[in-house]
Amino acid sequence: MTAIQAWPFVIAAYGIAIGGTLVLVVASMVAMRRAEARADKLDEHR
Amino acid sequence: MHRFANPVRFLRIARPLTAWLGWSGALLILAGLGGGLFMTPADYLQGETVRILYIHVPAAWLGMAGWMGIAGSSFAALVWRHPLAAVAARACAVPGATYAAICLLTGSIWGRPTWGTWWEWDGRLTSMLVLFFLYLAYIALAEAAGREAGGQRIAAIFGLVGAVNLPVIHYSVLWWRTLHQGQSIGLTGSSIDPALLWPLPLSALGFTLLFAAVVLMRMRTILAETKVEARLKRMASV
Repeated sequence: MTAIQAWPFVIAAYGIAIGGTLVLVVASMVAMRRAEARADKLDEHR
Repeated sequence: MHRFANPVRFLRIARPLTAWLGWSGALLILAGLGGGLFMTPADYLQGETVRILYIHVPAAWLGMAGWMGIAGSSFAALVWRHPLAAVAARACAVPGATYAAICLLTGSIWGRPTWGTWWEWDGRLTSMLVLFFLYLAYIALAEAAGREAGGQRIAAIFGLVGAVNLPVIHYSVLWWRTLHQGQSIGLTGSSIDPALLWPLPLSALGFTLLFAAVVLMRMRTILAETKVEARLKRMASV
């Protein structure tokens, strides 16, 4: 296995791991902010 | 543990902890992956593909740790009826499923140049795929069960029963000596050369801290949604 053949596999694996992690973190953060903003808004209307 | 049963007290700690875990995890991941990609030598046998180790091993660990979180929280929910335990179990499911999928995909990408195949029905690979399907089933079950006590109990029992697969994954390389290599990292040492090993604890700890931050974010989401739901129900009944 030469370095030229190996790097596309390494890049693909890192792309999936980093991309998957970013999607997970951003989606969780957006959902949390939305849910907490909704709850805070209801508190204000009390 | 019951000190944190009060969501207000839990949130007072969870809010600053989420940011702290997230940022320290991200920094450790950067250090670990930077070291793994640019500072370690290529392996004499695997060449550059050995660098996949620094993401594949943490993903495998978190895929299993996510279900340990589900099983532990389910146990606490069933035995002690801890109010936040069911929330914690649900919060572990999607991050755990994500890392189980990342583990399977990165392992497959590593397998093609190393073993000459994308997939093999080997004991370790198959039991990890079973774990991924268990996650999908748990997520569907927890969603369908909603926040009713009876439904949550069924999800908790499923979480405990599914934990049977964890020792199968761990010991699969000993029970069925097929394609996947045996255990190379143990509690007492490692068979990996130190020149290649040092970025792995950094990336593993970094991904673990980030995983904990995501679980806290998802717990906060569920608690806020529950609060809104309860408030709207109360308003509708007045």
